[in-house]
Amino acid sequence: MGLWGYIVVRFLQALVVLFFVSIATFLLMHAVPGDPVNSIIGERQAERPEVRAAIESQYGLDKPLPVQYVYYVNNLLHGDMGTTITDRKDVLDELRVVVPATMELTFAAMLFAITVGVPLGIVAAVKQGKWPDHVARFISLIGTSIPVFWLGLLLAYLLTYKYQLLPRAGQLDVGMRRPPQVTGFISIDALLAGQTDVFWSLTRHIILPAIVLGSFAMGIISRMLRSSLVAALGDDYVRTARAKGVSEYQVVRMHALRNALIPTITVIGLTFASLLAGAVLTETIFSWPGLGQFAVRMALKLDYPGLIGVTLVVAVVYIIVNFFVDVLYGILDPRIRIG
Amino acid sequence: MASVTTAMATTTMAELGTLPRRRSQLGMVIQALRHEPVALIGFIIVAGWLLLALLAPLLPLEDPNFVQLDRKLQSPSWSHPFGTDDVGRDLVSRVIYASRVSVPAGILVVAVTMVIGCTVGAIAGFTGGKVDSFIMRVCDAVLSFPSIILAMAIAAARGGPGLSNAMIAVILVLWPEYARLMRGQVLTLKENEFVTAAKSLGVSGRRVLFRHILPSTDAPIVVKATLDVGAAIVLTAALSFIGIGAVPPTAEWGAMVNQGSKVGLQYWWYSTFPGLAIMSVVMGLNFFGDGLRDALDPRRRRR
Repeated sequence: MGLWGYIVVRFLQALVVLFFVSIATFLLMHAVPGDPVNSIIGERQAERPEVRAAIESQYGLDKPLPVQYVYYVNNLLHGDMGTTITDRKDVLDELRVVVPATMELTFAAMLFAITVGVPLGIVAAVKQGKWPDHVARFISLIGTSIPVFWLGLLLAYLLTYKYQLLPRAGQLDVGMRRPPQVTGFISIDALLAGQTDVFWSLTRHIILPAIVLGSFAMGIISRMLRSSLVAALGDDYVRTARAKGVSEYQVVRMHALRNALIPTITVIGLTFASLLAGAVLTETIFSWPGLGQFAVRMALKLDYPGLIGVTLVVAVVYIIVNFFVDVLYGILDPRIRIG
Repeated sequence: MASVTTAMATTTMAELGTLPRRRSQLGMVIQALRHEPVALIGFIIVAGWLLLALLAPLLPLEDPNFVQLDRKLQSPSWSHPFGTDDVGRDLVSRVIYASRVSVPAGILVVAVTMVIGCTVGAIAGFTGGKVDSFIMRVCDAVLSFPSIILAMAIAAARGGPGLSNAMIAVILVLWPEYARLMRGQVLTLKENEFVTAAKSLGVSGRRVLFRHILPSTDAPIVVKATLDVGAAIVLTAALSFIGIGAVPPTAEWGAMVNQGSKVGLQYWWYSTFPGLAIMSVVMGLNFFGDGLRDALDPRRRRR
């Protein structure tokens, strides 16, 4: 099977998973106790018979479950994810606002995780068994064992209260206005508008949550890279390179690291998706107005349409990221395509 | 993904097959403790917490729910080493009593998850065909929801906050990982001669699966379960932290960290000690689990 065949198979698999995911969210919606019409438009509106009838036909609530599912998917495909119970806003519109904020935070967290995790993993593998290895492994162990929400509070206490080096909450300084919206990403919009002060403010606000959110991924990346680099350094082609008289730096950089990076890239892809989940806790601590904070607000108010909207969006992102990771993996490692 | 898991399981099981005798699980644990100092440290930490949880009522501690408003939010001192909370309860007592909630909750969650996941995975791997691919796609779907968000949705769908709702949510989120692991093992094991032998003797399919295949699958799953107790404790605490797990005044670590963060950063001790408790248990379990894995896998030990 060639690369294209592999990609097509993976794509079809992703579609199947997407189908199951839509069934899962549909069932979740129905597992919710109470009248579904109430949860779509609110109790007061639902008391009016003509409104009730309209909603019932729009969502097919008077039809059997499988038909309702078809209506549900149809509505989703037309961008209708319902309205939130608490403030009667369109779920999709709400998500449009919060998703860019989370994406910005996630990218910053990944940047931190890679710039710290990769060198840490390399140092640990090259100096295997010596003190830099122990230090690097200890840091990555802390990164993976520390509860995100606790690390967040700890750093917030030290850096925003005790030493007041960084701002405590939000995206921008109090009173600062968002730049004119072009992409929805504040950093890009600020630069487009030439507002360097806004960009600087965002940078200062994003550092702390990004470190907190990225710490787990950092630990995973350095652990993964260490173990695959250790394995690669013991392989025959590395011995051959050394025997040829290639310098140790070249051996690591050109021979071992290239192969060791393959599994690490997969892990980076997968942890990227898991960062979206970690955002729930990080955003709560640092009042970052993103997807996670929105999800918590919805969950606490038992606002199912909003919460299920978040669940769906995150699952879809996860499936898409997974698909690209698989494809990338197939490109990097030809053996995968056959297996 | 699935193929990678299967390949890993194959090598592990193949290597186990070359060992002269299958080690018992207890023997495995003892060996890990003897040869891996890190595993021993982990074991001591975890055992210490289990003892504290078990003996808490016998220790000279205050009632964890004893409110005394005139000593609220006192910083750590000799009489209250962890300080007091916003209604003057002693935090040493509350942190220790909370272990009676969080640690058993983590163990129970993983035990139930393991039974459900392994059964489903074993059926998938043993039956094969359409049943197998259906179950595996369901697993893929569940795994494509980030655990905490799905857990939030489930907990909310079950009618709001509560420790048991949080625990059910965690179980529903984690089982597919066991199903995948188990399926991979069963797939490789069912090609073995002893299965063919049992089948040719006319043993029923169910009996082959439960009496012949399942008893041979212990090792990697035990390791995963050990590591997952920590993950389950953190996830349950995280749900309590955002307010949809344990409900106050229950002493629970995640809920305590949350209350502490609400009171204010200047009262650092309120959140710090419950958080340290979570971290120590999780680290202990990680140390112990990693040690077990190293003791089990000859390839890793050489490195």
